[in-house]
Amino acid sequence: MTEKTPLNRRQMAARVAQEFREGWLVNLGIGIPTLCSNFAKEVIFHSENGVIGYGPQVAEGEENINMVNAGGQHVSLLPGGSIVHHADAFAIIRAGYLDVSVLGSYEVAENGDFANWKTAGRKGGGIGGAMDLAVGAKQVFIIMEHTTRDGKPRLLKEVALPATARGVVKLLMTNLGLFDVTPGGFALREIAPGYSPEEVQAVTEAELLISPDLIQISGTG
Amino acid sequence: MIDKIFSSMDEAVADISDGSTIMFPGFGNTGIPRNLMAALLTQGAKNLIGISNGSGGRDDRIDIGVLVRARQFKKLVMAFTASPHPSRATIFNELYEAEEIEAELVTQGTMAERIRAAGAGIGAFYTPASVGTELAEGKEHRTIDGKEYVLEYPFHADYAFIRATRADTWGNLQFTLAQRNFNPIMAMAAKTTIVEVEEDILEAGAIDPDHVHTAGIFVDRIVKIPEDGIWDSVPQR
Repeated sequence: MTEKTPLNRRQMAARVAQEFREGWLVNLGIGIPTLCSNFAKEVIFHSENGVIGYGPQVAEGEENINMVNAGGQHVSLLPGGSIVHHADAFAIIRAGYLDVSVLGSYEVAENGDFANWKTAGRKGGGIGGAMDLAVGAKQVFIIMEHTTRDGKPRLLKEVALPATARGVVKLLMTNLGLFDVTPGGFALREIAPGYSPEEVQAVTEAELLISPDLIQISGTG
Repeated sequence: MIDKIFSSMDEAVADISDGSTIMFPGFGNTGIPRNLMAALLTQGAKNLIGISNGSGGRDDRIDIGVLVRARQFKKLVMAFTASPHPSRATIFNELYEAEEIEAELVTQGTMAERIRAAGAGIGAFYTPASVGTELAEGKEHRTIDGKEYVLEYPFHADYAFIRATRADTWGNLQFTLAQRNFNPIMAMAAKTTIVEVEEDILEAGAIDPDHVHTAGIFVDRIVKIPEDGIWDSVPQR
């Protein structure tokens, strides 16, 4: 029997990056989604500050002060890259030019709602561009840990925290599995090594659909 | 002869009165008008309303955080009113928790478009962002071609502080890479647009008109950053 091995951050990012198709315009949120850039090939990365076509983070000492991505990382601009101002960067987002927005989240509901800008008991929140990305991109993918630090479920029937957007999540990657968000709810398509669907269900509030073609995720990260 | 050059940052911000609304560009440590902010700190105007993506104050450099710390703002409009994590709280977060500063939280694309709308003579616009969330509560909604939108109004400002790489005496501007961010739309949205420039100010005609990023008609005051001014550098990792 395989040992139970939840995916690490790099493995989650690597698996999501496999979903990208050549030529896609992709926006990566801060945190785990940013790591997707280490594994994606032949896509164009868009950043909220108007940078289109950025490349890898550059080595210390070689940074250009005027070249940052949305996470504030000093990156390169690839040949063919371009710059627009902030309003045009968001025109790109709202008008549906992005093939995918990959975001982190605190909670995802089985109907595709998600909540990622405000935690319980804190005044204010950090939205950034998440509400624009969520309604504008052709597809929204979420990467997050399957449960909270206290072990509470994050895959819910309804979000408990203030929503970022309604009914938009298409694909969800956690450290325990890869889920399609379908009209019938979360469908477990791939599962972390050593886990059974029942064990994943036990830490999930929403009722899972189990794909008849369920396979084990191969950790490549 | 058209000449918008001011001899110092202090002179360029001298007339800003208490209660003014000011736009501050910048994103990820670039395109931040740090020299004008330093001058405003010295000038000391109070009860200001600031429009800025974030609240700064994450390192010891001059940014909007120093104006927050000096209690020069009554209110900030921005896309982040909480830090990503309580351990990374800034001076703004502390004052906001203590209800010593007001804030309006706006999703970043709506913020950019509200600024753009002000500079473009648009009375209001419908956006799909924030529909179904707390931020849309109480706002007018409309369904257009089967999709739901929320009505948002422009942000006007008395002043915009701008950071540019290059300018000529007419105020035509060029930015470098991601330095551009909010600068062009804020330059268009304010009654008085004040620019700090990195390179020596050029004669009119020296910038190829096809390569002007912000036309000089949107610019009122230009100041060259002095040798001993605040220059950007890459933060130490």
